[in-house]
Amino acid sequence: MTMSSDAPKESFRLSMLIYDTRYRSLTIQVVALMAFMLAAAWIIDNTLQNLAELGKPIEFGFLSEPAQYDINQALIEYDNQDSHLRASFVGLLNTLLVAVLGCALATVVGVIVGVLRLSKNWLVARIMTVYVEMFRNVPVLLWIVFFMAILIESLPQPRAFRGADPEASMLLGDSVALTNRGFYIPEPLFSNPLGDLSVFGAFNISLELLALVGALAVSLFLSGLVKKRADRIQNETGIRPTTWYLRLGIVVLPLIAILIALGFHLGNPELRGFNFQGGIHMRTSLIALWLALSFYTAAFIAEIVRGGIMAISKGQTEAASALGLRPNRIMSLVILPQALRVIIPPLISQYLNLTKNSSLAIAVGYMDITGTLGGITMNQTGRELECVVMLMLCYLTISLTISLVMNWYNTRVKLVER
Amino acid sequence: MKKSVILGALTVAGLAAGAASAATLDDVKARGQLNCGINTGLVGFAAPDANGEWSGFDVAYCRALAAAVLGDPSAIEFVSLTGKTRFTALASGEIDVLSRNTTWTLTRDVDLKFTFLGVNYYDGQGFMVPKDLGVTSAKELDGATVCIQTGTTTELNLADFFRVNNMSYEPVPIETNAEAQQQFLAGACDVYTTDASGLAATRATFETPGDYAILPEIISKEPLGPLARHGDDEWADIGRWVLNALIAAEEYGVTSANIDEMAAEPTDNPEINRLLGTEGNMGEMLGLSADWAVNAIKAGGNYGELFEKYIGENTPVGLARGLNAQYTDGGLMYSPPVR
Amino acid sequence: MSDLSYVRKEMLAEQSPPATEIGIIGWLRENLFSNWFNGILTVLSLVFIYAVFSAILPWLLHSSWTANSLNECRQQVDAAYGLAAEGGCWAVIRERYLQLIFGFYPSDLYWRPLLAFGVALVALAPVLFTGLPRQMLWFSPFAPFLVPWLLWGGAVWLPLMVIVGFVLAYVVTRVLSAVMPGLLAVPVAALAAVLWWLYAVAPINDGLTVLIANQRIDAVATDMREQADRLPGEIAALDSRIADLRDQVATSEAEKDALFAELEEDHGSEAARQAVLQAIADLRGPRDALAALEKERLGLNEDLSHARSLLAGIEELPALRERRDALLAEQRMARGEEAEEIANQLATLDTQIAGVVDELGRVGLVPVESRKFGGFMLSITIGLVAITVSLPIGVMLALGRQSNLFILRAICVGFIEFIRGVPLITLLFVASVLLNYFLPPGTSFDIILRVIIMVTLFASAYMAEVVRGGLAALPKGQYEAADALGLDYWKAQRLIIMPQALKISIPGIVSTFIGIFKDTTLVSIIGLLDPLGLSNAIRANTAWNGIVWELYGFIALMFFVFCFSMSRYSMWLERKLQTGHR
Repeated sequence: MTMSSDAPKESFRLSMLIYDTRYRSLTIQVVALMAFMLAAAWIIDNTLQNLAELGKPIEFGFLSEPAQYDINQALIEYDNQDSHLRASFVGLLNTLLVAVLGCALATVVGVIVGVLRLSKNWLVARIMTVYVEMFRNVPVLLWIVFFMAILIESLPQPRAFRGADPEASMLLGDSVALTNRGFYIPEPLFSNPLGDLSVFGAFNISLELLALVGALAVSLFLSGLVKKRADRIQNETGIRPTTWYLRLGIVVLPLIAILIALGFHLGNPELRGFNFQGGIHMRTSLIALWLALSFYTAAFIAEIVRGGIMAISKGQTEAASALGLRPNRIMSLVILPQALRVIIPPLISQYLNLTKNSSLAIAVGYMDITGTLGGITMNQTGRELECVVMLMLCYLTISLTISLVMNWYNTRVKLVER
Repeated sequence: MKKSVILGALTVAGLAAGAASAATLDDVKARGQLNCGINTGLVGFAAPDANGEWSGFDVAYCRALAAAVLGDPSAIEFVSLTGKTRFTALASGEIDVLSRNTTWTLTRDVDLKFTFLGVNYYDGQGFMVPKDLGVTSAKELDGATVCIQTGTTTELNLADFFRVNNMSYEPVPIETNAEAQQQFLAGACDVYTTDASGLAATRATFETPGDYAILPEIISKEPLGPLARHGDDEWADIGRWVLNALIAAEEYGVTSANIDEMAAEPTDNPEINRLLGTEGNMGEMLGLSADWAVNAIKAGGNYGELFEKYIGENTPVGLARGLNAQYTDGGLMYSPPVR
Repeated sequence: MSDLSYVRKEMLAEQSPPATEIGIIGWLRENLFSNWFNGILTVLSLVFIYAVFSAILPWLLHSSWTANSLNECRQQVDAAYGLAAEGGCWAVIRERYLQLIFGFYPSDLYWRPLLAFGVALVALAPVLFTGLPRQMLWFSPFAPFLVPWLLWGGAVWLPLMVIVGFVLAYVVTRVLSAVMPGLLAVPVAALAAVLWWLYAVAPINDGLTVLIANQRIDAVATDMREQADRLPGEIAALDSRIADLRDQVATSEAEKDALFAELEEDHGSEAARQAVLQAIADLRGPRDALAALEKERLGLNEDLSHARSLLAGIEELPALRERRDALLAEQRMARGEEAEEIANQLATLDTQIAGVVDELGRVGLVPVESRKFGGFMLSITIGLVAITVSLPIGVMLALGRQSNLFILRAICVGFIEFIRGVPLITLLFVASVLLNYFLPPGTSFDIILRVIIMVTLFASAYMAEVVRGGLAALPKGQYEAADALGLDYWKAQRLIIMPQALKISIPGIVSTFIGIFKDTTLVSIIGLLDPLGLSNAIRANTAWNGIVWELYGFIALMFFVFCFSMSRYSMWLERKLQTGHR
């Protein structure tokens, strides 16, 4: 008589930690964790010991001391008696500004160049290839310096606008001045201002801007309702009512009404004293950095866009032309929407790269967060550890936020496709 | 133990180069080489030639120090540093002495924990403008665009000056002198402000120097000098007295041309004799050889000779002695007695 | 019957296509003016090209190549092309191109970096180009040891002993895996190798060095004494020749300046222009001679100071050793602070003795400190080392990120995302100001090593993502097949997965390398003298103060040549891999 019996129940032995696959993974993980913690503890211990030896314990009190230096481009009020923390925040806003501007321009240029590289026009395709190769194969730091030098050397200085017979003159009916200190463009002014809204007492937001944004949001929502109704009618009757004038009116009229009510007008820059006064001043450093980062990144985006378009099979194009669509409609209605799925993931990492590359702003003296917190503040206070750690945290937060937002968008695009 | 770099990278312990140990002098002697921190490039003060040899006014001090300590003015490793990296390099023991036109301030002395070894150039912050701007005083600069170099005391001085005089300005921060020069020449800023020596040096290399004027106002005191770490007084003494020896040598008329003669046998002047080691045991007290000062002076010349050679009126930099003349000529250069 | 045929019997002769469809016109119509939009684009492009070239060409054509300062460049351009002409001053490149390429590396040792990069290329070639004989692969593993040795120098047995460590690790693994599981054998083997490097290499090296040093000491001392006696005379002779030549050059320069002043006064008469050009051309010979003499003098000076210091060291050596013995005896008795003091003194003494002995007993290459690295050599070194070292780290991180061990994965993901989330410049700040804080007090790395470490970490994170892409691209069947064969995890990785995954990843690795290579320009921000940093230092020279475009242009061109050829290679490979998969 045979009896099937279970394998003898072994009691736990120490060697099973290594030989038994059930425990082995646990062993490895515990060892890895311990090694990691030990390494971290070692580094922290060393750091504390070294800092104690130098008499520089870690503390962040220096952030509330007056910064004592000026920042030329401050999006919020700032003067040299404000704290280092505020100076850092001004720098952070400058970083975000150039990153947002850069991503926008890089996308536009990149898409245009990517499409033009596939153009049937021999000359244009060649020029675009040269552009892409030139920008991709030369360090971005060099491009930033190049753009700065070109702007400084080729544009007139403000003095050239002076006198009875000036060497340079303003453009667009004396409203725009392009100088080598930056571009001066008209600023929006309101004769019946609403005042400012103070946020936590830290900085002010203009109420006019809030009113406009609010109105725009409401009218866009209403316009969306109109579109939905049109869709419904189309689905039911097959005839789409013409709604574009209605939707345009819903969006534009309230804005115009608010602008008139506020007494909107443009303030032109004027040459007074050493410089142009009034208007919005976009400094050369901002423009050089913005253009250099955009054109550099655009070269990569162009390749991504080209790759995305080429990934769409030729049958799609042929099917679209068989339907009688014109070439630019084929591009915008058939090819691009499909190509976007291929394009967006690498595009996200290009946006991240652009944001990180904006830290090279110090090469042209644009006061971003690397220039304020990681530059002058670190240099004046001698708090390297604190400054670098804060700097890294700022960039990490920005990067992770961009990743999250774009990933969310990416999944949405994918869902819509299916 | 000295080990090769490859091995050193493997054996982290081997890389403990005994940095920042108590006795810098012993380290330098054992190493046979002085690690000297200098500018990454500043006209007249530090620049490499086509053979990679550094020269300049700040570099000359390093050479004199190496000659005094090791008897060989070429036994130096130059470490080029930016305004940002210079203090950490010194604090971490990467360099033995920093000779990079650094302003002596209370915070740097006390808070950053460095010892200044003296002043090798008395400077002050000035302004340079194009002549056709029609500005004759810094008080007329309200609303001007000003180019400044970041990472220095100049930006703080500038902020103070404009705040005190109730004027506004637009700062254009710039990393290096070369870029500042380019922006200023192109008119991207109305005014360039930095140490007056730097202004003169920069102006000297313009195509038309006559078109630019340096304004009379000097808005700050910038005593520039070499510095060492806190906590090694013997080493600081050596650094200080090498500088003093160079200054004293000029005062007593000891030059690189006549030094061999003077050091050969005692002269009539006991001060010179003590300096050159033909009398007394000054070298021994410093922990150096008796001919330390002779070597230091022979390395490039006395203070006056160095000044004339690198930044004086016959060089492209073209600086007058001014405050940096000997006290006997109405300047501030004054070496304590060697006694 | 009449022939009523409605069909044409003879063929019509082939007509040539209309003139607008063939030849140049046809090509133009098809490629440039196919419709009104393309026509506009073409015209705009032509205008753009014209604008660019009309701005750059005159400046390029009116260049000066032989002057020795920016001012002289201006004079030469004015004299050659008229007073209003503006031209490039490429003379600065002619004078400094070696410096821009090699930095401060000793000029008589330029063959070493060249050979090192040659070796690296030969080692990479069989990996990059599959057409080459497979036997070349046998050479590749030695390159990582050979290249650093060539670059940094040192005793000839050092790379050998480092290799021995790896061999040791391999042997221990083989022996131990017979008696215990691989999980234990591998760490033990690694430990054995580390112990060998830490505790065996240095004594063996020192022992060999001392052995050879003792044999050589007398011969070297005589030689050095002879040099120390001979060189001062030679230097003095050279000095007087240099002084004469310098006077001569100075006089000629003054004459040239006077001639140029005349030229400016008479607004550029042909004769005056020719005179100035001739004067500048005449200056070239004496100047080159002067430069050669000065270089020779520099070399002699170095030899002399080397001979003197070595001689002094040799003479001091017995006394130093005696003192060391005395201190050692004292140390046995001492306690507490006193002992520490003695230990300090001993360490200093040891360094001093080792300095002399190393010099005497060196069989190999003269060591070159990494501080001497600069220019493109620095960029290439950082790039090459970072990529080579980051490859294994990247593979490990990628495997860790894919593994199902939660903690391991979390650590790997955290590391990768952290590094990829911050800009390289902040990591370089860490290298320049913080890394020394992280190490035990008193430890100090060379700044270039610190930068290489941080750039390697940076590259590892990106490499990990590239390798992960390669792993993800492998069909799942490959993993399952490996499992079916009964291979364990490491064997499966080593024999099946990695060879394929890495092959797919090569284009990605090359583009990571291009990126890292370009990013090395950032080290100029923390004061290292890479090409950009050097351009700044060169401009600090009074002769070249104010030069902008020529230096940047040269640097940009060099980067372009390097990166463009690499990206072409990567594209070629991508095409090849694509066909391979179909």
